[in-house]
Amino acid sequence: MSDSAALAGTQPDQRPSFGERIRRFYSRSEAMRGYTLLSPTLLVMATMLCIPFGIMVLMSFWTQSGFDISTTFSLDNYVSVAEKPIFQALLIRSLIISGFCAVATVLISYPMAYYVAFHVHRRKLLWIILMTLPFWTSYLLRVFAWKVILGFNGVLNTGLMSVGLIEQPLEFLIYSPTAVVITLAHAWAAFAILPIYVSLEKIDRSLLEAAADLGDGPVRSFFRVTLPLSLPGVIAAMLLIFIPTVGDYVTPALVGGPDGLMMANLIQAMFGKMNNWPLGSALAVSMMIIVTLIALVYVWITRKLVGRIA
Amino acid sequence: MSRPNNFGNPSRLLAGYAILYLAFLYIPVLFLPLFSFNDALHVTFPLKGFTTKWYEQMFYDEKMHQALWNSIKVGAVTSVVATTLGIFGAKAVTRFRIPGQKPVISVIMLPLVIPVIIMGVALLILFTRIGLPLTLFTVTLGHILICVPFAMATLMARFEGFDRSMEEAAADLGDNAWHIFWRVTFPLVFPGVLASLLLCFTISFDEFIMAFFLAGTEQTLPIFIYGQLRFPQRLPSVLALGACILVVSFFVVFFSQWLQRRGNAKPTGAGI
Repeated sequence: MSDSAALAGTQPDQRPSFGERIRRFYSRSEAMRGYTLLSPTLLVMATMLCIPFGIMVLMSFWTQSGFDISTTFSLDNYVSVAEKPIFQALLIRSLIISGFCAVATVLISYPMAYYVAFHVHRRKLLWIILMTLPFWTSYLLRVFAWKVILGFNGVLNTGLMSVGLIEQPLEFLIYSPTAVVITLAHAWAAFAILPIYVSLEKIDRSLLEAAADLGDGPVRSFFRVTLPLSLPGVIAAMLLIFIPTVGDYVTPALVGGPDGLMMANLIQAMFGKMNNWPLGSALAVSMMIIVTLIALVYVWITRKLVGRIA
Repeated sequence: MSRPNNFGNPSRLLAGYAILYLAFLYIPVLFLPLFSFNDALHVTFPLKGFTTKWYEQMFYDEKMHQALWNSIKVGAVTSVVATTLGIFGAKAVTRFRIPGQKPVISVIMLPLVIPVIIMGVALLILFTRIGLPLTLFTVTLGHILICVPFAMATLMARFEGFDRSMEEAAADLGDNAWHIFWRVTFPLVFPGVLASLLLCFTISFDEFIMAFFLAGTEQTLPIFIYGQLRFPQRLPSVLALGACILVVSFFVVFFSQWLQRRGNAKPTGAGI
């Protein structure tokens, strides 16, 4: 009785050290517990990414002859990717269109994100939802809407003609790289606004006050404080638009015309009408490698630049 | 913050720009409902007259209903599976210090920066090689791959947003891990779970390229719409459908964003 009472009396004093020991034991195996919990997600994602990509890379070294696929290792596909001018032309065009699109989208979205981050004080949430809402509606129908606007008898041409600004419909509006850039810029705007907004919102406002106190005008403090500090958001936005749009298939197919077709349309053709899966795989792999290289070089350069400014 | 608006004029200039920007975002989208009530076959200005016949036509289009139902099935399974995987992943990376956490998160987030067509083609090759027939099941697998990063991002924000001492308190009171999850963690992250479900459903419902490669003969709604875009006489009823999708997805997304951001904006732990 007295023993157990003594035990009960001493236990609260010992508990912290005991609990600490348990905590230490758990923190040592924390990594294991974390990985156990993470394993289903990681396993599904890793297998769904690695195995298909592995097989695609493997297939890119096979060759198609008629209806048969020869599984002997060959570099033929890559040789033709490197040598045939049409492949290079399409790849370069895809990169240029997506690059233009990323730059244009970031340029037009920055002031918008800036406005909401710095000049909207109430109802920020409403503005953010308003800016991202169109992004969640049917992608196909948004692209189609641009076809209606930019078309030969489209809204823009009939509008400009009725005002008297032009006499003939502008033909370059639709079925051109311009149409692809405009449509993509509209479709991917949310990917520019959100990262830029987040990076602007993170900026410590006292830095701007300090700049103002030290005599910087609004323009100077923007270029010396706000812009450099928001560059991570700009970099993220550029990548989030550039990389997926290089592989876009729908927009070029609907509004691109023959001059606006991109890499994805060619890859699709290889898996469809042309029925040359190995060559299609080689095209896909080449595109991935080139886009990854560009992204890495871009990140490396911008990191250096940001480092120099900061 | 003491001088939030000391630039005066630039603010008004920016406000004007913001309105132009919103017009750029919304005008193309609003053409859909506008032309869906237009009494003409061709989608051009000037508008002819008001009609609801395209909506009536839509109600009798069996193929459209089949495609719609397919998309709903795929979207429902995708959102549940992706969100479940997202919950595991988000809880693991926000609750435990895991060595190599950053690369692990990068792997899960990878589909965000891989062109969809490449993932679609790679999965197509895999499924064909192992002899898996292309059905709605294969589309669902592809959509899960795309949706998990979105689910993770949504749920990580939510898991980081509340006080983990609540879980610790439950643990101190003797609850086991499973109980803690159901009785403490899950109610707290529930708005995030709902937001993730809705977002994944919306993404899957709208996804075209992956489905285009993996659907075989079973059409999802975007594939059906894409097929219709080539036929001018079918366009108006597609616009009517588009207008309906627009209204529904506006509500769904508005609700989910509101849920998620409202939850995150709260002071930690005040969710009970």
